[in-house]
Amino acid sequence: MASQQQLSAVKGAKVLMVGAGGIGCELLKTLALSGFQDIHIIDMDTIEVSNLNRQFLFRRSHVGLSKAKVARDAVLRFRPNINITPYHANVKDPDFNVDFFKKFNVVLNGLDNLDARRHVNRLCLAADVPLVESGTTGFLGQVTVHLKGKTECYECQPKPAPKTYPVCTITSTPSKFVHCIVWAKDLLFAKLFGDTTQDNDLNVRSSDAAGSSENSKDVFERRKDEDIEDYGRRIFDHVFGYNIEMALSNEDTWKNRNRPRPIYSKDALPEKSIKQNGSVEKNGSTDDPSSVSAMASLGMRSPQDVWSLMENSKVFLEALKLFFTTREKEIGSLSFDKDDQLAVEFVTAAANIRASSFGIPLHSLFEAKGIAGNIVHAVATTNAVIAGLIVIEAIKVLQNDTKNYRMTYCLEYPTKNMLLMPVEPFEPNKSCYVCSETPLSLEINTYQSKLRDFVEKIVKAKLGMHSPIIMHGSALLYEVGDDLEEDMVANYAANLEKVYASFSFI
Amino acid sequence: MEGEELTEQETALYDRQIRVWGADAQRRLTRAAILVYGINGAVAEFCKNIVLAGVGSLTLVDDRGVTEEALSANFLIPPDETLYEGKSLAELCSDSLKDFNPMVRVSAERGDISGFSGDFYSKFDVVVVSCCTLTTKKLINDKCRRLSKRVAFYSADCRYSSGEIFVDLHSYKYTKNKLDEAIECELQYPSFEEATAVSWSKLPRKMSKLYFAMRVIEKFEEKEGRSPGGVSITDLPAVLKLKNELCEAQSLKESQIPDALLERLVSSQIEFPPVCAILGGVLGQEVIKAISGKGDPLKNFFLFDAFDGKGVIEDISSRDA
Repeated sequence: MASQQQLSAVKGAKVLMVGAGGIGCELLKTLALSGFQDIHIIDMDTIEVSNLNRQFLFRRSHVGLSKAKVARDAVLRFRPNINITPYHANVKDPDFNVDFFKKFNVVLNGLDNLDARRHVNRLCLAADVPLVESGTTGFLGQVTVHLKGKTECYECQPKPAPKTYPVCTITSTPSKFVHCIVWAKDLLFAKLFGDTTQDNDLNVRSSDAAGSSENSKDVFERRKDEDIEDYGRRIFDHVFGYNIEMALSNEDTWKNRNRPRPIYSKDALPEKSIKQNGSVEKNGSTDDPSSVSAMASLGMRSPQDVWSLMENSKVFLEALKLFFTTREKEIGSLSFDKDDQLAVEFVTAAANIRASSFGIPLHSLFEAKGIAGNIVHAVATTNAVIAGLIVIEAIKVLQNDTKNYRMTYCLEYPTKNMLLMPVEPFEPNKSCYVCSETPLSLEINTYQSKLRDFVEKIVKAKLGMHSPIIMHGSALLYEVGDDLEEDMVANYAANLEKVYASFSFI
Repeated sequence: MEGEELTEQETALYDRQIRVWGADAQRRLTRAAILVYGINGAVAEFCKNIVLAGVGSLTLVDDRGVTEEALSANFLIPPDETLYEGKSLAELCSDSLKDFNPMVRVSAERGDISGFSGDFYSKFDVVVVSCCTLTTKKLINDKCRRLSKRVAFYSADCRYSSGEIFVDLHSYKYTKNKLDEAIECELQYPSFEEATAVSWSKLPRKMSKLYFAMRVIEKFEEKEGRSPGGVSITDLPAVLKLKNELCEAQSLKESQIPDALLERLVSSQIEFPPVCAILGGVLGQEVIKAISGKGDPLKNFFLFDAFDGKGVIEDISSRDA
């Protein structure tokens, strides 16, 4: 393997890495040690504390800085004579176009989301550049190789889309803790602290035809000079008490389901808390709003504990109070962030109270945070193994060692005594709408469907094309772009509202 | 539960891995003491992994100075030669490792530890050896097994595009979660000497050929008094001759150890960094499992060959009649 041929192929290669995170750090290090001398790396993120358990090129002092740039500096320290070009940017930026991708001999992905992966896959196909894809979750990992025309592209096999839940499950009939989290995060938190002009299903019930939109607007707003604890209890009683009573009044819903029980604050938390913990100054020595915490204020230490209903109720009220007393300016524009301690505390407490109402097991803040924040569990060792496998495939690609390309799976439990299992890549899927020439056929009611439906639901949502150009023969019906003239933009906007049948062509 | 809770700092830093193995396992890791004897590329990777994981302490021993081979596969060595003066490989690596996780006590020691007493070894929970002779490997393994305290023993060897990990957990009890039930398991591990003494002809036909090839080269280095990893391409004819002798003695067909495989293994004295990363990763995972008592530990050889890309586990224990 270490022939002169291999060494020169590696030395002369121009490699693009997409992602400088868990896999990226391990990959950049192994590429540098393996003799690669021209590496470009794109990553839009900055460094966070939770990265440091595995993204070993970063230190605590780097928190907040660009991952791509810091990774480059760290690797240059032990390989000072190689070229590493960092881009602190989104790989979806138009600058990274087909011509940009064409410059590279191979592209190596270390991404953590489907959207970016599909984007890179399409650019590699358009530029006809080989792509080595990879991913890890905990102890599991895989490395796959994609060459246009020779192997499957990344999208030949459908990839599971992120899970969504039916609206009524969230608003009326939760049966799992995750449903309570989604309710607490996307409905209650959003209603209380987020943009109030946005639609919110919080008071929508499946049986509620007329709706009570005027009432809901009043209910959630804090009245002038309303005592903060009174306000908190009022919200508590409305969402955990009144709303549940209303839901119970519809017998049909509960015919085959366990009935929830309404919970009122006077029962969950009988004593109105005296202002012993009240003063804001108690929250640590800093004035830093991001260190404000209901748990700290209440003397609760461990995020691993599962709180009782009473404790959850305390946290709910305390978190709400702290938002209004220390972060008032942000209310009305906050969105949930898993690294916002107070937001996580509030969502955990709210989800737990709702869960309690519906007989669903309660969870710790640690667990709730993972669900609410879609946190992927990760360790350094799997990333290191995967990085090694990526480099092995990359070297094969650079030498056109076609017969030896492998998809390799890193398993948690050995199968047939194999922990690392290589498999030959599959041939391209002839009906893949991304890499094959086969046209996709769509049945559509041309008298009812507007062009807008096609563009939004099919082209953008389902096919994942962000900047489509829609043509019929040589007629341009729709396109997206920054440099379009006003009359073109107006024309396209008008086209979107037309039904198919109304487009007439000579 | 025994001992202190994780600190707030630890919980924040280790969040993503606690989601993999739990807070309890993390607590055990923070109390564990690891000893590493001999630092090659794979072991450097292992050290990085285990320090990031947050063990209590890591002690490195390797009195050698920096060589070209070491620099090619070990990213812990700074390229600035002026820093090498008077420092052992262990000391240089230790300095770099401290940075990766200030919560871990990383240190270096000097000396031929194969001569150290049992008291020295009993300070540790895990011992990892590499770059040592067959004799030294067996000696240290034996010292660990003689202790009343269970000290897990691992060896890691890379030969160019392949690598091997050996695991000896003596008598190992652990709990396994199967369908919400906790099952008590117990495994008995042979020593390196016992395992490698198993007659080749008794091993399954589909055995990893790499296992045999490693034994041949190991034997060759011992016979010729070479330093570990000292075999080179010029030795190939003598290595092949030894292979034939061993196969005959062990009643194994010569084709079970392809000449091409042996040639590949001796073709370069420089490690292949991707193999170091893979081996260091698997070894890291195994040590974490052994310390935390969670997860099925590997029994007892892991073999990886970049040529076919397979990472295989072979269970080689003496089979009583």
